[in-house]
Amino acid sequence: MNAMTNDPVLTVRGLKVAFETNDGLVEAVRGIDLDVHRGETVAIVGESGSGKSQSMMAAMGLLASNGRASGQALYRGQDLVGMRERDLNRIRGDKITMIFQEPMTSLDPLYRIGRQLAEPMIHHRGLSRREAREKGIALLERVGIPDPQRRIDSYPHELSGGQRQRVMIAMALANDPDLLIADEPTTALDVTVQAQILTLLADLQRERGMAIVFITHDLGIVRRFASRVYVMRRGEVVESGATREVFANPSHPYTRMLIDAEPAGAKEPPPAGAPLALTGENVRVSFDIGGGFLKGPSVALRAVDDVTVRVREGETIGIVGESGSGKSTLGRALLRLLPSEGRVVFMGRDISMADKAAMRPLRKELQLVFQDPFGSLSPRMTVGQIVTEGLLVHEPGISGRERDRRAVEALREVDLDPAMRNRYPHEFSGGQRQRIAIARAVILKPRVVVLDEPTSALDRSVQKQIVELLRDIQSRYGLAYLFISHDLAVVRAMSDHVVVMKTGRVVEEGPTAAIFDRPASEYTKSLMHAAFSQEDFHVEAMRVAQGG
Amino acid sequence: MQMRIDPAASSDDLAREVADAGAARSLWQDAFIRLRRNKAAVASAIVLAFFAFVAVFGPALAPNPYDEVFPQYVRVPASLEAYPRADSIVPEFESVLARARVDVGEITLDGGTISAPIVTDRGIDPRFVRFVERSDLFTNARIEEVSPDETRAVMVADVKRTYFFFGTDANGRDLFARTMIGVRISLAIGLLASLTALVIGVTYGAVAGFLGGRIDGVMMRFVDILYSLPFIFFVILLVVFFGGNFVLMFLAVGAIEWLDMARIVRGQTISLKRQEFVQAAEALGVKPGGIVRRHIVPNTLGPVVVYLTLLVPKVILLESFLSFLGLGVQEPLTSLGVLISEGAANMQGATWMLIFPAITLIVILFALNFLGDGLRDALDPRDR
Amino acid sequence: MLGFVLRRLAGAIPTIFIVVTLAYFMIRAAPGGPFDLERPLDPLIMENLNAAFNLDKPLWQQYLLYLGNLLQGDFGPSFTRRDFSVADLFAVGLPVSVTLGGLALLLALVVGASLGVLAALRQNKGADYAVVGIATFGITIPNFVVAPILSLLFGVWMGWLPAGGWGTPAHMVLPVVTLALPQIAIIARLTRGATIEALRSNHVRTARAYGLPTRVVVITHTLRAAILPVVSYLGPAAAALLTGSVVVETIFGIPGIGRYFVQGALARDYTLVMGTVVVIAIFVVIFNLLVDIAYALLDPRVRYER
Repeated sequence: MNAMTNDPVLTVRGLKVAFETNDGLVEAVRGIDLDVHRGETVAIVGESGSGKSQSMMAAMGLLASNGRASGQALYRGQDLVGMRERDLNRIRGDKITMIFQEPMTSLDPLYRIGRQLAEPMIHHRGLSRREAREKGIALLERVGIPDPQRRIDSYPHELSGGQRQRVMIAMALANDPDLLIADEPTTALDVTVQAQILTLLADLQRERGMAIVFITHDLGIVRRFASRVYVMRRGEVVESGATREVFANPSHPYTRMLIDAEPAGAKEPPPAGAPLALTGENVRVSFDIGGGFLKGPSVALRAVDDVTVRVREGETIGIVGESGSGKSTLGRALLRLLPSEGRVVFMGRDISMADKAAMRPLRKELQLVFQDPFGSLSPRMTVGQIVTEGLLVHEPGISGRERDRRAVEALREVDLDPAMRNRYPHEFSGGQRQRIAIARAVILKPRVVVLDEPTSALDRSVQKQIVELLRDIQSRYGLAYLFISHDLAVVRAMSDHVVVMKTGRVVEEGPTAAIFDRPASEYTKSLMHAAFSQEDFHVEAMRVAQGG
Repeated sequence: MQMRIDPAASSDDLAREVADAGAARSLWQDAFIRLRRNKAAVASAIVLAFFAFVAVFGPALAPNPYDEVFPQYVRVPASLEAYPRADSIVPEFESVLARARVDVGEITLDGGTISAPIVTDRGIDPRFVRFVERSDLFTNARIEEVSPDETRAVMVADVKRTYFFFGTDANGRDLFARTMIGVRISLAIGLLASLTALVIGVTYGAVAGFLGGRIDGVMMRFVDILYSLPFIFFVILLVVFFGGNFVLMFLAVGAIEWLDMARIVRGQTISLKRQEFVQAAEALGVKPGGIVRRHIVPNTLGPVVVYLTLLVPKVILLESFLSFLGLGVQEPLTSLGVLISEGAANMQGATWMLIFPAITLIVILFALNFLGDGLRDALDPRDR
Repeated sequence: MLGFVLRRLAGAIPTIFIVVTLAYFMIRAAPGGPFDLERPLDPLIMENLNAAFNLDKPLWQQYLLYLGNLLQGDFGPSFTRRDFSVADLFAVGLPVSVTLGGLALLLALVVGASLGVLAALRQNKGADYAVVGIATFGITIPNFVVAPILSLLFGVWMGWLPAGGWGTPAHMVLPVVTLALPQIAIIARLTRGATIEALRSNHVRTARAYGLPTRVVVITHTLRAAILPVVSYLGPAAAALLTGSVVVETIFGIPGIGRYFVQGALARDYTLVMGTVVVIAIFVVIFNLLVDIAYALLDPRVRYER
């Protein structure tokens, strides 16, 4: 870890950011102070809408056209706020560089990465194309892109998300900046890739001594990565200080809440001898990729390959995996929403062969809650209509008044004000929407609910509430849950039994405590390490560099 | 979460529920609010409402019928003042009386009445008034002060005041009335063809998109083939087939214009089908009919409405184009396109014949385009 | 790439075949014939005429005959202009229409794209509103209004340019401008929208964050993406423009092929109409192919497969 010096690189004073919108001026950042010294790592942590990204965008002159910044952001004494674009361009990309949250779209899809990598070097340092290319290859090598001689001529779409983020990092390092601003650089990546990228960043910082401003919502990363932290909420810095101090002794209630918001606790085990609710034996799902009408032959892709899952009443099976592991596909196949092979048994009844019409009455018992609370609610229906849509199908006889009564009941069940039932989904926050989606499932009094990443799109503090709500509803009705997630902390708090999946197959399974305490397979170990390691990334980077 | 219910406060607080219910805004209402902020769109809507009124009531309120021919007023310029002009009344009276082959004394024009002593050896015939009445300038002609020998009398007539706000055409018909009939025909055709396209396009596109797979492939292949036939070829063939019936022809034009609509709706349907809320409805066991009705159709309406407002001017232009080629509505009925093409032919001597119908058409098309753009921005606020 | 071009051309043959077949039977289904004049012809002459043009054979035989001739590049004789074959008429008219349309297309592309980019860079400012206003004007005013007004204004009143006719470059100005105006409007709108979207994309944010000068950000990282929708639009638009415009050719008295379509269809000049359909279909196929090639050159994510 770098010793803190008194050599300020970035000094922010009274920075405000506001956006002109149809609903008037919206203040995103309300006057914050911030200091970054040479070679140190500072984290800005906050939940969505806290203004953490916009404050740095303002300093970099990257606000959207309706954004207005005021106050000061001094880079070595020069105020970046309100600086002429031409002067700002001497600093951006040379002295201060930035990497972004969206690795998939941050590079221009129309140009080879070599060219994009070279542009800042040519522009700021006057390198020739050949020199820039040579340096680009060296940088790609340094950030761990295999075969950089060849890869430098790739287009962005030919690289994975993690590789694209590595290219961005190479671009950020090209001119040896004083300050690197990293805006949620790992949020869109799988957990194991995330750990690799963070280790790389820490290593590079150790090597080159630049300062890093790390913007994130993830306290776990802050703890392992940053020496100092600023906690932001609703456009203000509510607490700041040395990371260890802040974590050990949070002074502001919001910080305390954030730290406590890490999902904790464990689920009560289901009563012994509870009957099996849903069983899937040797489930396989294949997709045809390519092919189609009047096109070439298709290729079958095994999305789920020979997976067996059993869930009892009142029990939660956690299904864990990274993107592409087939965990969501498995959930849909078990609900017979996708054609699959293998045997699926619900309450002793084999439903493997049931067609759509035969499944319809059973849909009442088998429910699904989605990840994206913004996409899973029909935007042109009221909350009341959304919640009661299932009743139209499964209890067509009941009156409108009765449906309304049931809607009120269901909304209360998920702790939402029933008076909100005449509103439309776009008026609600992500957490509220997820409660609406849960109400839509529980109003039918199902036996099995597949929860497909129900907390992944939510802020940690909201996640915790949703986890509590789900556990609460489960214990009240003895529901069987299939809890699909990539988030190990949430899975630990929710599940009795865990299944780890990778590329369509089960890698490992067992009781939650056993999996988390003594993972057997290398893959599960790497997942656990990425998620729960308390080791500082700088220490880890050092260890890796020294050939550990 | 501030939405958590405080157990102490009963949620049966009716007043609060009503207040909250009143505050709910659907996406449509939101879009409407955004639309109302768009001044160009609001102005366009007002202009269109005005023209709709004109189309329905205008011809009845116009000073002259659209098909009446005024032989004395061929190609007179537009004017807010009444015709005839003072300096043309006396010569005209003289010339109509000359046609009756009578000798005319001194003509006196007194306000709205004109009179002149007439003399004839053949005897005063009451039918002389017909010569006067036949002129567009005079009305209520009568013979007074007939002398006992029936050789002298005084011919009296009222000067008929006629207004031609937009002037008259080459046949002496009132361009103001004709423009209003033109608005009626053009708007009716635009709406009729667009609605036909809407019905066919939405049905075809929604079916193809919802069923998907091979059926979708075949249905869209058919659309592709129709696309590669020159559009104008279709239209001219339709003119040949339905030349006699304009309404049928534009139903048929609508039946060609549905291709774009079908593509739009199909694309929408396919992307909606992938949306999680449609999957959620499937997971609830909702039948395909319910999914289409509650989830797909309401969400495709936005782009469809936008496309419709942009299709109407397209069809109006098409009708004008056909009229320009001489394939449009038949006389004495007219449309803006017919009027413009006549105006273009008479442009050098009678600019008003081009200017008024052209401005009317352009204003309508402008308003429809601005309204369409405004609707698109209002329904899809990301666009700006 | 050559393989891709050949495959695409081969793939277009069935489309052209279907278009030709459909068009043939549709025009033949229309009531009336090429020799129906105001005063009926003598039955014997009529019979001779029908025999001379093979109209006395069954329709399917006529169709096969036509198809056979077409495959040998023979469009047949014109029914109404009896001294000319359809190929003769096109040999004279097509270069005129292509010149006119090509110049209009070039003008539209240069002016339209410049205006669109200008408007996007000055979004929601005066210049933007002006361009959007002009574009709406260009889209709404039909060319049969523009053409006589231009002709009257510059040809008759001012006397700067010939009001009609064909021959010198001065004759081209007014018709080219008339043809280009709506295209300028459409291209300006398309370019504006695409540029605004590209300017808001994450990779432009990256370019700005790395201090690249505005010139590089706009030219390198915005325009190439912004031109893509314009390229897609240009395919059908070019095919339509180059095959002539009946309105412009009529008003300015230009001997192009745009008039043949309408005249031929109305006079039931079957070979002339079919010739026009075939020419247009070929242009459509060629320009769609050019668009696909241009697209693949501009966007590396699109490949020559499929």
